[in-house]
Amino acid sequence: MKRCVYINDDDLSHDIYCDNRISNRKYTVWNFLPKNLWEQFSRFMNQYFLLIACLQLWSLITPVNPASTWGPLILIFAVSATKEAWDDYNRYLSDKKANEKEVWAVRHGVKKHIQAQDIHVGNIVWLRENDEVPCDLVLIGTSDPQGLCYVETAALDGETDLKTRVIPSACMGIDFDLLHKVKGLIECPEPDKDIRRFDANLRLFPPFLDNDVCPITIKNTLLQSCYLRNTEWACGVAVYTGNETKLGMTRGVPEPKLTAVDAMIDKLTGAIFVFQLVVVMVLGVAGNIWKDTEARKLWYVEYPTKGPWYELLVIPLRFELLCSIMIPISIKVSLDLVKGLYAKFIDWDNKMVDQETSTPAHAANTAISEDLGQVEYILTDKTGTLTENQMIFKRCCISGTFYGNEIGDALKDEDLVNAVATRSPDVIHFLTVMAICNTVVPIQRQNGTILYKAQSQDEEALVHAAAGLHMVFVKKNGNVLDINFNASVIQYEVLDTLEFTSDRKRMSVVVKDCQSGKLFLLSKGADEAILPCASTGQQTRTFSEAVEQYSQLGLRTLCLAWRELEEDEYQEWSLMFKEANSALVDRDWRIAEVCQRLEHHLQILGVAAIEDRLQDGVPETIETLRKAGINFWMLTGDKQNTAIQIALSCNFVSPEPKGQLLLINGKTGDEVRQSLERVLLTMRITSSEPKDVAFVIDGWALEIALKHHHKAFMELALLSKTAICCRVTPSQKAQLVELLKSCEYRTLAIGDGGNDVRMIQQAHIGVGISGREGLQAARAADYSIGKFRFLKRLILVHGRYSYNRTAFLSQYSFYKSLLICFIQIFFSLISGVSGTSLFNSVSLMAYNVFYTSVPVLVNVLDKDLSERTVMQHPQILFYCQAGRLLNPSTFAGWFGRSLFHAIVVFVICIHSYAFEKSEMEELSMVVLSGCIWLQAFVVALETNSFTILQHLAIWGNLVAFYVINWIVSALPSSGMYTIMFRLCRQPSYWITMFLIVVAGMGPVLALKYFRYTYRPSKINILRQAERLGGPILSLGNIEPQSRAFEKEVSPLSISQPKSRSPVYEPLLSDSPNAIRRSFGPGAPFDFFQSQSRLSSSYARNCKDN
Amino acid sequence: MNSNNTPSSSAGGPGSAAADSTAPPTTRNSKRPKYSRFTQQELPACKPILTPKWVISAFMLVTVIFIPIGVASLFASHDVVEIIDRYETDCIPEDSRKDKIAYIQSSGDKTCNRILNVTKHMKHPIYVYYQLDNYYQNHRRYVKSRSDQQLRDRDSENDTSACKPEDKTANGSTIVPCGLIAWSLFNDSYSFSRNNQNLSVNKHGISWKSDRDHKFGKDVFPKNFQSGGLIGGKHLNESIPLSEQEDLIVWMRTAALPTFRKLYGKIEVDLVAGDVINVTLQNNYNTYSFNGKKKLVLSTTSWLGGKNDFLGIAYLTVGGLCFFLAMVFTIIYLVKPRRLGDPSYLSWNRNPGGH
Repeated sequence: MKRCVYINDDDLSHDIYCDNRISNRKYTVWNFLPKNLWEQFSRFMNQYFLLIACLQLWSLITPVNPASTWGPLILIFAVSATKEAWDDYNRYLSDKKANEKEVWAVRHGVKKHIQAQDIHVGNIVWLRENDEVPCDLVLIGTSDPQGLCYVETAALDGETDLKTRVIPSACMGIDFDLLHKVKGLIECPEPDKDIRRFDANLRLFPPFLDNDVCPITIKNTLLQSCYLRNTEWACGVAVYTGNETKLGMTRGVPEPKLTAVDAMIDKLTGAIFVFQLVVVMVLGVAGNIWKDTEARKLWYVEYPTKGPWYELLVIPLRFELLCSIMIPISIKVSLDLVKGLYAKFIDWDNKMVDQETSTPAHAANTAISEDLGQVEYILTDKTGTLTENQMIFKRCCISGTFYGNEIGDALKDEDLVNAVATRSPDVIHFLTVMAICNTVVPIQRQNGTILYKAQSQDEEALVHAAAGLHMVFVKKNGNVLDINFNASVIQYEVLDTLEFTSDRKRMSVVVKDCQSGKLFLLSKGADEAILPCASTGQQTRTFSEAVEQYSQLGLRTLCLAWRELEEDEYQEWSLMFKEANSALVDRDWRIAEVCQRLEHHLQILGVAAIEDRLQDGVPETIETLRKAGINFWMLTGDKQNTAIQIALSCNFVSPEPKGQLLLINGKTGDEVRQSLERVLLTMRITSSEPKDVAFVIDGWALEIALKHHHKAFMELALLSKTAICCRVTPSQKAQLVELLKSCEYRTLAIGDGGNDVRMIQQAHIGVGISGREGLQAARAADYSIGKFRFLKRLILVHGRYSYNRTAFLSQYSFYKSLLICFIQIFFSLISGVSGTSLFNSVSLMAYNVFYTSVPVLVNVLDKDLSERTVMQHPQILFYCQAGRLLNPSTFAGWFGRSLFHAIVVFVICIHSYAFEKSEMEELSMVVLSGCIWLQAFVVALETNSFTILQHLAIWGNLVAFYVINWIVSALPSSGMYTIMFRLCRQPSYWITMFLIVVAGMGPVLALKYFRYTYRPSKINILRQAERLGGPILSLGNIEPQSRAFEKEVSPLSISQPKSRSPVYEPLLSDSPNAIRRSFGPGAPFDFFQSQSRLSSSYARNCKDN
Repeated sequence: MNSNNTPSSSAGGPGSAAADSTAPPTTRNSKRPKYSRFTQQELPACKPILTPKWVISAFMLVTVIFIPIGVASLFASHDVVEIIDRYETDCIPEDSRKDKIAYIQSSGDKTCNRILNVTKHMKHPIYVYYQLDNYYQNHRRYVKSRSDQQLRDRDSENDTSACKPEDKTANGSTIVPCGLIAWSLFNDSYSFSRNNQNLSVNKHGISWKSDRDHKFGKDVFPKNFQSGGLIGGKHLNESIPLSEQEDLIVWMRTAALPTFRKLYGKIEVDLVAGDVINVTLQNNYNTYSFNGKKKLVLSTTSWLGGKNDFLGIAYLTVGGLCFFLAMVFTIIYLVKPRRLGDPSYLSWNRNPGGH
């Protein structure tokens, strides 16, 4: 299918595509209520409660007042509907803002200010510098005479450098005044989400030039949400609008996320539901049999001899209603409440506030905090996430002299400063190249400082550094550059720019010194692109060593070189260059070829090392989280080498010999397959060794691997704990997340740019860093944090506590509901299996909603271990990851406990309140207070840390129970008038309560104590240690320090590998035994091994469950 | 003095930037969450752990408290003197025992004489109960079949929707009190004599005062009661308001268990050991169709209520078990001491393969 865009055609018959209205909304005003209700009722629990509520309207079968179910049900629905409505309203507002932005567009041949939403396909849109592109455009004109313009595509692919876009050749040279009169036809594909591809044709209609078809590529487009930079104006034809733009297509609808805990709760709810059905069936049948055999003899019941047709159903339905409280209606409300509070705790956390920008952490999704504690894989972006995304010139090596090695900052190295002061020629040349071999534009600000605008951050860093060394690039006047060096101005004229391409990996400029008239070629580029061009006599060994050394430190390196040109040589070359530049066929290739003719016999000046500084605490964070059993994958759009360097420097992979990197590459399917198989084989061999093996794959190979070797790649993903994927596209990132999700791992994706948005939405948990690349990621994410290091706290503290608390809360909710339900069942056994409720409606409702909810809600303050202990022993997170605290077996424990407690309460009550005391209302209150007393003690026993609020809630709730019941007992109209006063005056009541508490809690306490002391879990041990202040704290203290020390020296003490690249060859060429030998048995790293083993075994356990 | 300096320094512009970055930027940004111990989850907390000392002494404490209470409860229960006479079979003449139901439904005189021997001194007041076994006052059909409004208030006389099938007579007039509970009112009656001297039974104040005052109306009189074809139980005097029909009030307090006692009256004199009491009872109530038992109970009371050994025995048992547990834990603690919180138990501090 093709889409035909008629440029500038106001004929409405061609206007068959959607307008530029962006809509992220889920509802409209009209469909909100039905759609929202439908969505809510698609949840099983809600259907269940609705059914129960409807059944309760039938007074023949209801044991209690229907209001006791309808009230909470309507409340729950209202709350979630309100929340949805509010969210949707906010989406509407942000859409509206984008839609109503004013843009210049051509309407009926006239340039007009219109709202962004009114742009139609085929309209010509004008943009000015720093404007956001409102829809996908095909460029037809720019302010630049050569038809170039610069865009920042960060929002789209996350790359922050400026990209060059060029107008199609057909539009070249159209006069500014005529631009808005251009007519023509663009044939382009149907909208898709591929942001790297756009294959279209353009044909302009007369009077504009030729009738030839002109091909258009992605180079000729401006995509929505990019920004126009360094270009005065540009204009283009809208080809895709609204939600059909490349960005709009990329933007998937985020699915509501369900946490593992929620899934487990749903599963348990299902199990309880089945159990309930069984109970109902058994009791229903028993009830009907009892009715027919016994109840008919009870003349005082007056059973009619012949009942209505539904008679057989009545008793089972009564039991269904009686047992409906087994599934606590309050659990949804309680969970929503506490989840809201978890999110608030994250928002409030002072320790997660980025001091630099004062951005606090924020939980946008309040529903998934527990998942944070169960993360198994973290997929992280590199630039801006692990690094500051701020390039700083750090070291350099000029003609064999290393600067900045001692103090880590060349700018402060006195040797270099002295060399500059003494005008050492090599250093001067080096600085000159730094200052002018670039495409940087200096802008004088009013306060006298200079702002540099650069395509790449590397160039910016170099220019800044040169300025710091008194070689200040002051002004760019057309082609003339002003350099201010030690108060004297030097002028250079740029004659030609040999642009950077990713194939050439270098860029050069030809400049003329305006004073002396000499011509120079200044080059900079990657070492492999520059060093081979060195002049024959020069020794490049020191430079390659410098590069090697800097790479090991995780620095980005650039080689700088220069050559003086002869006038003739240049003139000759210049002609060729011009010719190549105007070539119609294979222009890029020809330019590259011509450039090569000039870039030879270079004199290498030195190596500059630029640091994309790691964010504070990144290595520590990664190390801690890896100790916690979380595996890291790095997904980056960046180059392989840079990615590996960063990975090394932030503990992502360990350097040799501990770590090993396995490369998967290849351009064809076969190559990739072979490479994949080789890596897999190595992985299998080394998986039994305490080795830190990671694989490295680039986007191209990944594409092939995912498409053709899915199974093998899956296996690799399962085997490998660490992976580095470079040059991957946003959708590949999302694919990888999907892959890990399909292996049933809990994934967390963290990123900072628009290119991470899909991955963030795809993962179980998306974390956005509100960083330099804007806020797209932070907006799309479930959590946004200021710095990567806060991830540690987010997971270990907030995630873990949330999981623990929810695990307790949910199981406790079931426990208390089951307790009361079992008592009802027991009571029905002594009331002729007729479905009598022992408790009245008020008590039942209050029991679920009030008496038992309040104390447990305060449980959100419970901390089993202090934050410090958790940070020192991140391994404890395994308990959360493996779901040790909430799974069918722990649930069975709670189930058993509720059954036991129900028996205790019931048996004691019916025996101590027998004979003359067996009055219905009294017994009901005795049993109820027995339950409440047990609840209080169960919560108290399960609480790990008592704050004042917990005491208030637990014991205050007990007091409140009596106060409320006294109040109700004082109302003559209530059924339980005076009951509570009577009971409280009886010694036998208090003696019964005391007996219930001790008989109920004694065995629980004994069992817990025995486990706690003789079969302790790791959590128990740490708690004991924490409380008793044993040696564990000191042990924990020493350990990270020693590790930190080791880490600090490691980059320097790396034994030099033979190859220059820090990527180690796959081990297969060597015999595996050799490696094993190189690894002593007493290696200090068994710590890590044991934990990784543990992790896997826990993971297995979890899966088995 | 300091307070004077602060505003000037905050207005210092770029110069104060350095100071800002070192101090927490509270003044600069309102987005920053406010500090409080609650929001930071740093409320002071006490973190008890289950140490052997604590647990063992808790169990010992329970033992120490429970045994005396158990003994006291048992004594209280044993102090209660109880005379139980099961009469439902004995009160049917030998020749009618084959078809008890026919006998009880017949309209003849069902007087029956019983002799009770007092074996122990009984101090007044002596409570006279009737006990029914296998009688489901808690059956759902039964327990719901009443109208509290009607009982309380004359104006709500027609509020009988819950009372079916005993809500209206065949000709459609309302029954007061309606419902199965009232309809099945117990109608055996007892009169006691000692040494041919009448022992008066006080039937006043046997119901709860709150019921007489607030649940049963002073101006509500029985109407059309037991006038239908099927007679359930006792007839009520239509000239006495419901609030004074104490037998009804007692009966309407439904029992939660199928075995229950209801107060019939009180004997306000002491009974001496060796006394022989003649009971003349009218055996009217039909428990035969469902094999229910009927018992007449004379009982004194204690601070714990009637005779009931359960609490005493339960207390002694639980106390004993706690003592046992305390001993077991002590022995384990002494024989196999285990250091709490020993980091060597952490598997990641152990050598690999430990797990």
